[in-house]
Amino acid sequence: MAVREVVLHPHPLLTLCAARVDREGAAPVVEDLLDTMRWFGHCVGIAAPQIGEPVRVAVVDCSGHPKAPDAHGELILVNPVIVEASGSEVGREGCLSIPAFTANVRRATHITVEAEGLRFDSSGFEARAIQHEIDHLDGLLFLDKVDSLEADVFPRRSR
Amino acid sequence: MPTLAVSAVGLDRPGIIAGVAERLAAHGANITDSRVAILRGHFAITLIVEGGGRAELDADLATLGLEAVMVTEVPEAASHPRSEPTAVVSVHGADHPGIVAAVTRVLADADVNVCDLQTRLARQLYVMIIDVAVPPGLALEELDRRLRAVASEQGVTITLRQADADVL
Repeated sequence: MAVREVVLHPHPLLTLCAARVDREGAAPVVEDLLDTMRWFGHCVGIAAPQIGEPVRVAVVDCSGHPKAPDAHGELILVNPVIVEASGSEVGREGCLSIPAFTANVRRATHITVEAEGLRFDSSGFEARAIQHEIDHLDGLLFLDKVDSLEADVFPRRSR
Repeated sequence: MPTLAVSAVGLDRPGIIAGVAERLAAHGANITDSRVAILRGHFAITLIVEGGGRAELDADLATLGLEAVMVTEVPEAASHPRSEPTAVVSVHGADHPGIVAAVTRVLADADVNVCDLQTRLARQLYVMIIDVAVPPGLALEELDRRLRAVASEQGVTITLRQADADVL
């Protein structure tokens, strides 16, 4: 159990497809992801590659977030897959691994997620957070999805 | 009436456009297109104008105290863009000289036209987004394959996707 250092882009781990993992293998990573996410306070999700672990594990927690009134609370996603997606909406995203920018990214508004021991529907901001984290497991960053640096990418003041 | 390309660069401050435009107006040059950008604190303006004398305009703009001014007579060209963007290329990774050159060389060799190109540098992270027009004979998969090859040479990530065709 530890707060881990967050890997900053550019870093090779952030653009690699992460490997599937079994529950025992995922457990220590989950602990560290939760500790690291809590430590940042403003963070609603983090994926294993961001703490240097190239495995398909992510945690999301949008509880109390003003944009996510119907959030599920703490979600532990091991080998998550989006099995259904619908709707489309542009929203602003930041990423612990890309502290210099935020960006407008188009995402599905309603998704159905399957992960180890889980199957659930999610919508709105929580669905956005889940899609962002699953992208990390596929080595994708929001920079791969923006249409225009001028219109959609914004410099961020360091916190 | 001659068509002139005017470009000017100066340390960013209020009044650069006003200064350039006043001199253009005084010479009877009509601005038919323009683009302005602030690049790392330097204000850059490029204009196409109709009318005015090249040499007189050049001499007059030189008195503005800018970093660089260039006035060139150019042939008249189509007022519409050569091609509409059909795909978007995103490039990001560790900054080093040569990324733009390597990526755009692949595009040029494939006869892919660059419609717009924007870049950002934040510490070591270099980001570039290019709007491109892919010729009808070139499959996106093939272009993607070539871009992946140059991405691995340059140690950067390149994503190619179809431009959003949403029209409302």
